[in-house]
Amino acid sequence: METYTALRAFADSWHLLFMFLFFIGVVVFIFRPGSKQVHEETSNMIFRNDDRPAAAGEEPHAGKRSEKQEAR
Amino acid sequence: MWDFVKLLVLAAIAVFAAYVASYARDLAHLVHMIIIMLVAAGLFIWQIRRVGEPAPVHDPGQYMDGVIRAGVIATAFWGVIGFLVGVVIALQLTWPQLNFTWAEGYLNFGRLRPLHTSAVIFAFGGNALIASAFYVVQRTSAARLWGGNLAWFVFWGYQLFIVLAATGYVLGSTQGQEYAEPEWLADLWLTIVWVAFLAVFMGTLINRKEPHIYVANWFYLSFIITVAMLHIVNNVQMPVSIFGSTSVPAWAGVQSAMIQWWYGHNAVGFFLTAGFLGMMYYFIPKQAERPVYSYKLSIIHFWALIFLYIWAGPHHLHYTALPDWAQTLGMTFSIMLWMPSWGGMINGLMTLSGAWDKLRTDPIIRMMVVAVGFYGMATFEGPMMSIRAVNSLSHYTDWTIGHVHSGALGWNGMITFGMLYYLVPRLWQREGLYSLRLVSWHFWLATIGIVLYAASMWVTGIMEGLMWRQVDAQGFLVNSFADTVAAKFPMYVVRSLGGVLFLLGSIIMCYNLWKTVTSVGQKKPAAAAVPAE
Repeated sequence: METYTALRAFADSWHLLFMFLFFIGVVVFIFRPGSKQVHEETSNMIFRNDDRPAAAGEEPHAGKRSEKQEAR
Repeated sequence: MWDFVKLLVLAAIAVFAAYVASYARDLAHLVHMIIIMLVAAGLFIWQIRRVGEPAPVHDPGQYMDGVIRAGVIATAFWGVIGFLVGVVIALQLTWPQLNFTWAEGYLNFGRLRPLHTSAVIFAFGGNALIASAFYVVQRTSAARLWGGNLAWFVFWGYQLFIVLAATGYVLGSTQGQEYAEPEWLADLWLTIVWVAFLAVFMGTLINRKEPHIYVANWFYLSFIITVAMLHIVNNVQMPVSIFGSTSVPAWAGVQSAMIQWWYGHNAVGFFLTAGFLGMMYYFIPKQAERPVYSYKLSIIHFWALIFLYIWAGPHHLHYTALPDWAQTLGMTFSIMLWMPSWGGMINGLMTLSGAWDKLRTDPIIRMMVVAVGFYGMATFEGPMMSIRAVNSLSHYTDWTIGHVHSGALGWNGMITFGMLYYLVPRLWQREGLYSLRLVSWHFWLATIGIVLYAASMWVTGIMEGLMWRQVDAQGFLVNSFADTVAAKFPMYVVRSLGGVLFLLGSIIMCYNLWKTVTSVGQKKPAAAAVPAE
């Protein structure tokens, strides 16, 4: 088979299926149990470390878990 | 030792550039070689005065903000230049006498148009993306930029690319591919700079102290990687000679057209969309002081966007030699793109839910929200125009120009302005902006300017599309091309006016930011993490 035809056939069959499944997998993974807490934590990370990097050994979010949703 | 290696390399480059310049076959190449020679010689002198000095210290306990400050200045500077050239060419289209005879071949519309598009997209937008990427990746990784002075190389290297590209356009060195006009020399240089950009960004991510990679960094990373891929594939060409600026492309015919628009549309998709969405996902939550509305939606937004965008390019080639299946594929994926785009828009807007009052009190958040609104509008208009039947009316008309500008001025411009207003007080440790009233002035001038621009282009675009296809009872075309040009005159005046207002707003912004740095008091170090309001 000619290269073009072979690639074309692969692209619109197996590769299409792979991309579709990958995308579905991403969505399923996002809604996995326990993701809510991770996402809440991650979406609030932008409100710390504004002025300087976290020092070596220091947990960047140590002790901040409880005050996440406050007016920051 | 390292100092002497640098000196040797710089001297070699300067001498080689002088040698090539003396045999240059065209003016553009001559000027480029002289620029390179001067830059290399200048760096040589700069370096030789510093031999033996201790290397600059990069304290991992501090963020590297100097290069971001430089990037912010460059963004504002190139923005004004780009908008100014845009106004000039809008006036040239309105009054063709402005293509002066004495400047023919240098400053006529054909030469200035790529200068305008590249200045706003790559110089203004590119500097905004590089500066904000460096800012965001440091804050969300809680780590200093990786690579020490490599970030400075990225900044200055990118400015050199801009100067090479801009002088090339005016002097007639172009590949003639939209948004990819620079010839092989500038292309190669940009590749080096871009790889360094990727290294700095990735290195910082790898060094991160935070367990997760914040979603804005995903958008920035996809922007950097995809632009590298697009740039390299669309610029596969063989220089005719190292003494001249011309080159021969590897692709030909319809393949060349398809690769060009695969590049062109993804320049829009990854440069002007993904990169700026990275900005949106960081600066809107920061300015609103609320986390993003739905983090889950932002991840779906990311994956859906990058999976769909890459296929949409063929919609630029409807009714051409491109196979029908490829045209249909491009059209279908463009329509599907509507969904992730609006998902992202909703995510950005809803971040303000519970804080809508900020729209009244904070002109910066207003700017960002209008930007997201224009993102939604442009990403609705785009899929609609990619439908083949609609495209048969809209293609080659000013409607396309209007669409591009509602996206570029409204979405990219406004979100960048918001980012600049956010960054300048923080980067220079000021208490706040010099004047919020001036921000409001900028906001309204820019918004009215965009509305005038987009509305006049809709009218003139649809009008000329209809005039081109109008036939009489015998089936003859009714209008000549010149008839449509004459009919467009009033709309061209309105468009120029819109451009002037937008430019005026950006000049007010520069004044405001200048005064912020020079005459607003130093911010006192806050005891606790109190947000600067």
